[in-house]
Amino acid sequence: MRKILLTLLLLAAPVAALAADGVPLMKAHVDVTDIPSLQRGAKLFVNYCAGCHSAKYMRFNRIAADLQLPEDLVEQYLIFTGAKIGDTMTTVMSPQDAERWFGVAPPDLSLTARRRGADWVYTYLNSFYRDDSRPVGVNNLIFPDVGMPHVLWELQGMPMPVYGENSGPEGGLRVVGVRVPENGGRLSEREYREATRDLTNFLVYMSEPIKAYRQSLGVKVLVFLLVLLVLTVLLKREYWKDVH
Amino acid sequence: MATKSDKPVTGNLAAEAAASNRFVAWIDERFPLTELWEEHVSKYYAPKNFNFWYFFGSLALLVLVIQIVSGIFLTMNYKPAGDLAFDSVEYIMRDVEWGWLIRYIHSTGASAFFVVVYLHMFRGLLYGSYQTPRELVWIFGMLIYLVLMAEAFMGYLLPWGQMSYWGAQVIINLFGAIPFVGEELAIWIRGDYNVSEVTLNRFFALHVIALPLVLVFLVIFHIMALHQVGSNNPDGVEIKKQKDENGIPLDGIPFHPYYTVKDIVGAVVFLIFFSAVIFFAPDFFGLFLEAPNFEPANPLVTPEHIAPVWYFTPFYAILRAVPSMAGSAFPGVAAMGLAIFLLFLLPWIDRGKVRSIRYRGLGYKIALMLFAVSFVVLGYLGIQQPTPVKTLIARICTIYYFGYFVFLWAYTAFGWEKTKPVPERVTK
Repeated sequence: MRKILLTLLLLAAPVAALAADGVPLMKAHVDVTDIPSLQRGAKLFVNYCAGCHSAKYMRFNRIAADLQLPEDLVEQYLIFTGAKIGDTMTTVMSPQDAERWFGVAPPDLSLTARRRGADWVYTYLNSFYRDDSRPVGVNNLIFPDVGMPHVLWELQGMPMPVYGENSGPEGGLRVVGVRVPENGGRLSEREYREATRDLTNFLVYMSEPIKAYRQSLGVKVLVFLLVLLVLTVLLKREYWKDVH
Repeated sequence: MATKSDKPVTGNLAAEAAASNRFVAWIDERFPLTELWEEHVSKYYAPKNFNFWYFFGSLALLVLVIQIVSGIFLTMNYKPAGDLAFDSVEYIMRDVEWGWLIRYIHSTGASAFFVVVYLHMFRGLLYGSYQTPRELVWIFGMLIYLVLMAEAFMGYLLPWGQMSYWGAQVIINLFGAIPFVGEELAIWIRGDYNVSEVTLNRFFALHVIALPLVLVFLVIFHIMALHQVGSNNPDGVEIKKQKDENGIPLDGIPFHPYYTVKDIVGAVVFLIFFSAVIFFAPDFFGLFLEAPNFEPANPLVTPEHIAPVWYFTPFYAILRAVPSMAGSAFPGVAAMGLAIFLLFLLPWIDRGKVRSIRYRGLGYKIALMLFAVSFVVLGYLGIQQPTPVKTLIARICTIYYFGYFVFLWAYTAFGWEKTKPVPERVTK
């Protein structure tokens, strides 16, 4: 029986996360209970992402409540569109315009972190590099030929590609990494990673706003059930005394 | 059972008990309440030596109730329409009070149902619970399993994510591989040439009312058939053969209170595991809720890797393991169908003289373990992308899977099995 349970557990072991072309993903180490990180992430999101991307399942007043921000501050600093506090985060850019400008409409970001995983989002934000052959002048290591420009370049600077041997049959060189220029942006390399970590954290939060509460409630539920287990075991023993 | 009267308690318990008895008597004259209670619960004598494996029957019933109740609440906010379904699920997750909990209970419950049912079925194999006179208990159980698979498959389409959509597309197309009638059959199931809103609507109807109704009736028949012949036990001993002067089996104990209090312990242990998943890993590492399903269904974009949910993957692996012939995938589809159909025939394939694995021949023990291992390995391979090595392993496991039935028949029909003596009474 133990062997069977063990086999079932092993079956459930997650498959190692590798992105396209076998680029290993960076570890985001996000924490949705880290409220200051989520607040910084929200600020980055509305300033750099929300102009093009919607988060159509995310309500502003939900952000206010979960991120411990007064609603008037949210209205002042997070809403740029004339939306009401109870509205969801739509974008003013029309899909038609977006398709004309970028070749593809920017996807809604409500569930991106659940679709792709936190590590993917974090790696993506740290994998832009200059590529003059692309329409917007940048490419991405884990999302080749992405239509999105490097909107955070003023924070990071514009990273240059690092080339390596192509292991495939076609040979030649391919981009295997990025090099961030010294003093290229407003943030240091470490600060940029922290900022993208906050942004990733906010995306993870948006993909499941209940997550932090779910886990804290889970602890209480399990404690209750463990107490109940003791009581039910005692009850069972009492009844089974007369079974021989 | 006592009915509380409005009057303040005077301490006269005897009078209250008499009132309660009069109330029950009033009902009994009009409905066989006491009779049913005694026949199926308080005077249903079950063997006293049930072990760990005997929890999963009552747990399956518990999960059925959990699924029905959580499902009712989900239907209050879910919208079965192509342009609304995905949004309505996110609405439940975010805006409906406790909606996230109800949805996670239901999605985890689907997987829990199969965990519990697979363990319950394996118990039947371990202790020969399908053997005479319990053939119909097994047949009803297999029908439950079949309906459960249909129920789960149709429910999986409802969130209308990418994996919902393409999973349904792939599975329904399998019916298209059946010669002559296949194409028409697939269109009949979908109600369209592709999976569409028409399919979503009919799957919703079947998932929320038609199949649960069938399921509940089958469960009632399963239990009625069981109570007609009595429960088997880990020794495979027929407890009805040894009775005391009152006609009560010597090794039997009333289901209530003994197994009700014991099953409550099992239920609490189950709920601990169940809650751990719901509250700490509702996706269960992409096995219970798959990542592509957080993207709305898009008929124009096929996901790079389509796999059914884990509980179907053993059969999916068999399907992929069987090579197609003359450009038709039918042999694989037929093998998949046969893999399930053979389980129905198990009571007649196994001609063994003893029931429990404890007293069966070594050949049986080895064969059953290989069968179980191949089933688990097939389940694992069904999730993975096929590679030449994995396909080879899947083929070996498929041969083991079918080989089990062939071996079991030959082993028992030709009298090759050397069994151990079965005791008269159950052991500790």
